Amino acid sequence: MDTAQAIKERELFIATKGKQKTSLKCDADSIAGCVSQRACVYCGARVVLNPITDAVHLVHGPIGCASYTWDIRGSLSSGSELYRNSFSTDLKEHDVIFGGEPKLKRAIDELVEKYQPKLIFVYSTCIVGVIGDDLEAVCKQAAAKYNIEVIPVQSSGFIGNKSAGYRAACDAIMRVVTPRKRLSRKVNSLNYLGDFNLAGEAWIIRSYLEEVGIDVNAVFTGDSSYDTLKQATAASLNIIQCAGSMNYLAKKLQEEYSIPYIQVSFLGLEDTAISLRRIAEFFGDAEIIAKTEALIERELASTRPVIDRYKGMFSGKKAAVYVGGGFKAISLIKQFREIGIDVVMVGTQTGRPEEYDTIHDLADEGTVILDDANPSELERFMTQQGAHLLVGGVKERPLAYKLGIAFIDHNHDRKHPLSGFVGAINFAKEVHSTLCSPVWDYMYDFGGDLNGTIAKV
Amino acid sequence: MLDATPKEIKVRSSGGLINPAKTCQPIGAMYAALGIHKCLPHSHGSQGCCSYHRMHLTRHFRDPIMASTSSFTEGSSVFGGAANLKTAIKNVFTIYNPDIIAVHTTCLTETIGDDLPTIIKSAEIPEGKLVIHANTPSYQGSHITGFSNMVKGAISYLAESTMPVKKDQVNIIPGFVNPGDMREIKRIAKIMGAKFILFPDTTGVVDSPMTGKFEMYPKGGTTIAEIKDTGNSKLTLALGRFASSDGAELLEKKCKVPALALKTPIGVKATDEFVMALRRFAVREVPYELEEERGQLVDIMTDTHFHFHGKKVALFGDPDILTGLTEFVLSLGMVPVHILTGTPGGAIGSGMGSFEEDIQEMLTNAGVTANVKGNGDLFTLHQWIKNDPVDLLIGTTYGKYIARAEDIPFVRVGFPVLDRSVHSYFPIVGYRGAMRLIEMISNALLDRQDRDAADEDFELVM
Ligand code: SF4
Ligand code: SF4
Repeated sequence: MDTAQAIKERELFIATKGKQKTSLKCDADSIAGCVSQRACVYCGARVVLNPITDAVHLVHGPIGCASYTWDIRGSLSSGSELYRNSFSTDLKEHDVIFGGEPKLKRAIDELVEKYQPKLIFVYSTCIVGVIGDDLEAVCKQAAAKYNIEVIPVQSSGFIGNKSAGYRAACDAIMRVVTPRKRLSRKVNSLNYLGDFNLAGEAWIIRSYLEEVGIDVNAVFTGDSSYDTLKQATAASLNIIQCAGSMNYLAKKLQEEYSIPYIQVSFLGLEDTAISLRRIAEFFGDAEIIAKTEALIERELASTRPVIDRYKGMFSGKKAAVYVGGGFKAISLIKQFREIGIDVVMVGTQTGRPEEYDTIHDLADEGTVILDDANPSELERFMTQQGAHLLVGGVKERPLAYKLGIAFIDHNHDRKHPLSGFVGAINFAKEVHSTLCSPVWDYMYDFGGDLNGTIAKV
Repeated sequence: MLDATPKEIKVRSSGGLINPAKTCQPIGAMYAALGIHKCLPHSHGSQGCCSYHRMHLTRHFRDPIMASTSSFTEGSSVFGGAANLKTAIKNVFTIYNPDIIAVHTTCLTETIGDDLPTIIKSAEIPEGKLVIHANTPSYQGSHITGFSNMVKGAISYLAESTMPVKKDQVNIIPGFVNPGDMREIKRIAKIMGAKFILFPDTTGVVDSPMTGKFEMYPKGGTTIAEIKDTGNSKLTLALGRFASSDGAELLEKKCKVPALALKTPIGVKATDEFVMALRRFAVREVPYELEEERGQLVDIMTDTHFHFHGKKVALFGDPDILTGLTEFVLSLGMVPVHILTGTPGGAIGSGMGSFEEDIQEMLTNAGVTANVKGNGDLFTLHQWIKNDPVDLLIGTTYGKYIARAEDIPFVRVGFPVLDRSVHSYFPIVGYRGAMRLIEMISNALLDRQDRDAADEDFELVM
């Protein structure tokens, strides 16, 4: 009875396309005792803010939260490398009992003296939420003392999941972007939200937009700095790539500074072309539109044949997707189609109901869709659905390998830019390098094939 | 440039850290628990910590790391986590069916003061299954302390003395080392003909083979029966004071098994001591096989000593590893000038001595003066190196920033190593491990010499 019940609780989080249009349960807390692949509020906030390169990212808490996030995201910088250091107040028993505020103050003093930053983020972690340090007050005081911005990030881990962290980060960003005096609007200028410049992706998109005559005013937050963020409210459009973390910010910017926003995706040839067109249309400038068409035509002419060649090699292959946000999952389904691979399982850690609806509409019959999966579920469905390839994050990689399933990191550990036209080629290349590696041929047990998921030569 | 460290050293009194050389207790507890067969480590706290710990271990070992979490919400942190933990225990046994759950706390549950023994006592635990726990507040000690605490936890729950006379067997607590090291320790004990129980034993768990199946509980790990039986052993060898002594002492207190604390067997001398301890216990001559290995090691040391002599080296990492490494590099004629660990010396609640004193004593005997620090960070180490440059840096992956900024050869040893693979499969302990260390160190030094050599100095034979 217990088994049935425990598993039933999870069943609400899993659906199969075609069976019935049930709405999937998501956006809920993980069940206690699950081997969840999810992260915490602090993690969500940190990954969004960390790419701000010249800020001091000070983690107020015991050492762990700071250690695990030291330079883990491959966001590239064209300027300061300060963000790649790890700063922690390293709270000790004494601070837990008597409060951590004095230590936080001293740490800020020291860091200001050493690095003269214009911007400091102070992240609260679980323990700070419990001992009740007044971050807001300490930060305000320090900001006044040094005439810089010291911004508290309310990211105690237990107040929700990663999405709550995204919101906390966006709240912090809103405080940074607030201009001292109102900025005048720039023409043909946009902010790019939701690109963290992993492997230099934001640079690729920036080069496209600049080519067609659009100025990329600020990127949230890849390769951004205090000064660029301060100019953010001068843009006349916001484009959002990673909806999971940035929708909230886009809405706020619209409410407070009446900057409109549109959703884009630069994953895959099709989505990249559509997105560039939509941006050009928004500005409505004939020259921009013409240049955009020229760029798309040129890029497609050189990339299509390459993609088609790969497509030929992938026929009959099936992929499983397990990523953080729903939006990325949607793009991946389309991108896999472009290279001729069927997606047979789609899951996310923190997808939202609308996104699951889109996934459901987009997916083929029989595709398994699931929220906040645990490793055994991933195993069960990947094997059952005969997936040859998994797209996921750090913790999923060895799991896939153990099953003899190829793997691509579409998360912090990606090594090549996967955005834009060139990214689409990189993506196909990566799929090829893992799916068609000879290592899978050795997966037999002194003779027999172990699981037969990969055809042997 | 990835170098944000000023050369000028100023006193830092805030107690904050810049670029830590340690991490928090729970991950150590999780690692120790993975060394129990069919055990699911459970993190009592929010799901973030658990996710970080699994991710970090996954990156180091490149194997799936399983652990469950109580998934705290705001409510649980106000009303206490008893309900979460009880539900979690029930769910874990029904869904994942381990033989044993090893619960560790996090800073959150320590701060709100959840009383684990009471909660566990009132939890529904299926017949024949076990739940043990360790308190691992992350605001004390480090990951090493957490490892030690989980070893203690398992012993205090499980070990029992059930026989009037002790068995002819020895317990070995290996410390926070890689499965490659644990395999080597077992191999040596086997060659010595000793009957032994290695606990914890992560071999076959975090270095499990590719089978085409996902095993929630791979073949490896010390069995519950073996851990129980540690109470009947004649002797416990604690390898590494910081990670292993507390467990050994508890066995002595609880089950009257005498404890012998040794260094982590890195290098000739420390390995000799380990082998001699086994010999005395097994009352047996050292077999030729080991003698041969030792002879080979010493032969290699003499063949290559001129590469090392007088070379200045900086070491950082976990205290037990550093103690062994310091002794070893001294034996090669190198000069360790900076030695730093992030773990606070003499962690709270334990009878351990100070890391700094231990190391200083070794250095004094060798006539070397050096910067030595417990509870330090890599910012400090970097400043030391800027002021007193070295020829070689040995430490975890995080040393790569310093190595690059100062352009010094770098050898990766310890936990974590996130940017190289295979390291966890091979030992640094034992005579073989020492050979491997020599190979790593001399390759790093000689590659550098080749790289920097002018054409006329570029040599074929080195
Ligand atoms: S919250 Fe505490 S236990 Fe969790 S990672 Fe941070 S320091 Fe470690
Ligand atoms: S859950 Fe809390 S303690 Fe753990 S990593 Fe997140 S903020 Fe840190």
